[in-house]
Amino acid sequence: MRYLPHTDEDIESMLQAVGVHHPDDLFSSIPRDCRLKEGLNLPEPMTEWELNDHMDALAGRMPGPGHRAFVGAGRYEHFIPASVSYLLSRSEFVTSYTPYQPEMSQGTLQAIYEYQTLAARLLGMEVATASHYDGATALAESLLMAVRITGRKRVALSSLIHPLYRQTVQTYFAPTGYEVVELPYLPNGTHDLSSLSRLDDLAGAAVQSPNFFGVIEDLQKAGEEIHKTGALFISCFTEALAYGLLKSPGTLGADIVCGEGQSLGIPLSYGGPGLGIIATGRAHMRKLPGRLVGKTTDLEGRLGFVLTLATREQHIRREKATSNICTNNSLCALAAVMYMASLGKTGMRELALLNHDKAEYLKMRLREAGFDIPFERPTFNEFVVRFAKGFEKTRKRLLDRRIVPGLAIGHFYPELSDHYLLCVTETKSREAMDAFVREVAA
Amino acid sequence: MNDSLGTTGLILNEPLLWEKGKAGRCGFSLPKRDVDPCPLEPELVGHGPDFPDLSEVDVVRHYTRLSQWNFGVDTGMYPLGSCTMKYNPKTNERQASLPGFSGAHPLIPESLCQGILQMMAELEAYLAEITGMDAATLQPAAGAHGELTGMLLIHAWHRKRGGQRTRIIVPDTAHGTNPASVTLCGYRPVPVVSNDRGILSAEAVAAVMDEDTAGIMITNPNTLGLFEEGILEIARIVHAKGGLVYCDGANMNAVMGVVKMGKIGVDVMHLNLHKTFSTPHGGGGPGSGPVCVKKDLEPFLPVPRIVKREGRFALDHDRPDSIGRLQAFYGNVGVMLKAYSYIRAMGPEGLKKASQMAVLNANYLKEMLKTTLHLPYDRPCMHECVFTDKFQAPHHVTTLDMAKRLMDYGFHPPTVYFPLVVAGAIMMEPTETESKEDLDNYIAAFEAIAEEAKTEPGLLRHAPRKCKVRRLDETAAARKPCLAG
Repeated sequence: MRYLPHTDEDIESMLQAVGVHHPDDLFSSIPRDCRLKEGLNLPEPMTEWELNDHMDALAGRMPGPGHRAFVGAGRYEHFIPASVSYLLSRSEFVTSYTPYQPEMSQGTLQAIYEYQTLAARLLGMEVATASHYDGATALAESLLMAVRITGRKRVALSSLIHPLYRQTVQTYFAPTGYEVVELPYLPNGTHDLSSLSRLDDLAGAAVQSPNFFGVIEDLQKAGEEIHKTGALFISCFTEALAYGLLKSPGTLGADIVCGEGQSLGIPLSYGGPGLGIIATGRAHMRKLPGRLVGKTTDLEGRLGFVLTLATREQHIRREKATSNICTNNSLCALAAVMYMASLGKTGMRELALLNHDKAEYLKMRLREAGFDIPFERPTFNEFVVRFAKGFEKTRKRLLDRRIVPGLAIGHFYPELSDHYLLCVTETKSREAMDAFVREVAA
Repeated sequence: MNDSLGTTGLILNEPLLWEKGKAGRCGFSLPKRDVDPCPLEPELVGHGPDFPDLSEVDVVRHYTRLSQWNFGVDTGMYPLGSCTMKYNPKTNERQASLPGFSGAHPLIPESLCQGILQMMAELEAYLAEITGMDAATLQPAAGAHGELTGMLLIHAWHRKRGGQRTRIIVPDTAHGTNPASVTLCGYRPVPVVSNDRGILSAEAVAAVMDEDTAGIMITNPNTLGLFEEGILEIARIVHAKGGLVYCDGANMNAVMGVVKMGKIGVDVMHLNLHKTFSTPHGGGGPGSGPVCVKKDLEPFLPVPRIVKREGRFALDHDRPDSIGRLQAFYGNVGVMLKAYSYIRAMGPEGLKKASQMAVLNANYLKEMLKTTLHLPYDRPCMHECVFTDKFQAPHHVTTLDMAKRLMDYGFHPPTVYFPLVVAGAIMMEPTETESKEDLDNYIAAFEAIAEEAKTEPGLLRHAPRKCKVRRLDETAAARKPCLAG
């Protein structure tokens, strides 16, 4: 086996040094009745070339390049520069562990510090963590953080937060005894916070903008209403690129901002890994879950970076930790900072504008073709369209041609059967959108 | 020892990202604008993020220089205990980045995603076979996420049986994540002290196990690198009082093909694909922490489940007893692809041999270093061994000093000051992918350092000297945190 360097001679001399005769003897401390008598029932090993063929065949049973999915809903297809992919494959980054020994990990540490900085700037906050698993777990941990800060035992979620995020929150909260309340939405596709004032003991209330229907929410007003209850205002997002264009949640009064950073240079990979982002103000930084990188100096006064505020964390605080998170999604944070650095302020704005304008173009064309756009409020790169009854047949025809015409949302919102959530990013040309409209109208 | 691995070489200083660049540069090839501008309501529009504008060359040089300040498994030996820093095969990277996989949106119809679903279904089956369990979920994103999943499963199982319990037994040799995961699930961790042989005694477990205790969370092999010999009896005690046995499988690299946890009383366990199954750690993730369970717990596994119906793979959400969803989608698929490739490349005998060689390497280090460093538990170890700084204490040299000095010799230090049950712990896990020559060089380095501790202790206290930076002031960093520039 090419990954195992031991020759027979090595094994012989090492066994001798250890004082046993056979590799099996190394396991003598394991009681005999715990040891396996038979071998593992697994497929026989493949050579590198057989593995390539096998994986190519599996990948061949996927849509592959050339398919066109007008789907977002938490994962967004964006172009990733080759420079980002190449830099990210530097094995000094890829094959290192969590930077517990900072003198040997300054590359990862400075890069994560830069990531924390750009993520905080993007969201208009003071502090961002080194990363979390994904947007959904970032939301769950943000809500638990609000419980820790306020000492209150109830949280509220807009029902226009991504349904799969809300399901994740329910999983995290099920054994805790804290209550999760879901808030309704208005006919115009925005959240309805009017019931908040009737909820006591509220630790935090979370809304999403752009929301699951793609609609941009009035975060400033949401913040005012949430703050009236004494709860923390948690602003969630699934499409980080939106803040290249929109006012950031931080400038609109959010106490905690959380969401998904997959749009920032991370491939779709069937939904994972992504990048969970949590950001807050300095006032709450010691209540944050997860890793943080901070600036310091070395013996000679030179600038350097270390993991810091570790007294919040599981390996020091054990059961009193702010979270159990250990391994996070560090390399994804590196992808995000490389991507944000590549775009810069100018590129972020232009790319965000392009996403918005392209989505508006498709919206306009669908409207012209006679389809109903039920929510009139401004959107970013996603919107809901209502197709005619019986669209399912058209959809099947499109799927056969490797076009995915959005996500049916009736499964999550039973009152919205025939409604589809469409997404347009910079990857969709005008030609592709025109062809799509022709197909769905046919 | 001939020339030390550690040397100095030209690496370049590099400022912070925002100290570079000029407004108006861009390192991104913006797609052509083929639609008309469509202005958004001005009150919704922000100023745009305060990012530096850099060219592609600026960005590439910046991160290339930063990468050179880092040390990875590809650079050299990385014997961090309980981290299993084995070699990460390059072919795995190729497989995971195939466009069919990396370009797949998670919400497109299952009929279009048969390749990836087949991979996931097979990987679940392989992991169940390796652990001797009945079913697996790939959804947890990392080891601690797997622990949380396991705790939620135990919680749901007790609730279904009508009697909720409040406590979980956690031995003092457990990973720090264990008590935190227990608490996150609303349980109270009950500590149990390991015995003078470094393992749990069945009597100690029997003394605390009662009908208010939901189960035990046991790391096996444990963090001292020792197999929990009493596992069968401990499992019997826990089961007799209606509890479940959780195994933290972070140390599974010691026993692939040797022990199946499902056959020795374990009901639920997690694996770390980024340890045992060779996927790279990425400087702190992404990992993947699949959870394997016995049949009784299968109904509670997270949704969706991958099922096969009429020869086609599908995602099944209709599981009324499920604990729900652990993250938005199906787990870190990009990581699973690498672990899958590893298992297919290794085969059953290859995996067993990997464990044998991992244990051989650890025992070799233990034997060769035990006159240099104090070995608190002198008995056959599994994949890792734990020393202390007791022999060096008279020279006022600590574990930390030796760890930092090891960097100058060109090795990543072992895990230090963990497990907590050993004062001044030095925990080494060489893994199977280090050759005898690498181990001998590492041993020689430690011998040289132990000698320096006697003759020139200042060399250790002021180490490292050959890294990009000298020893960093972690206390100042925490006292006045500066977390963003």
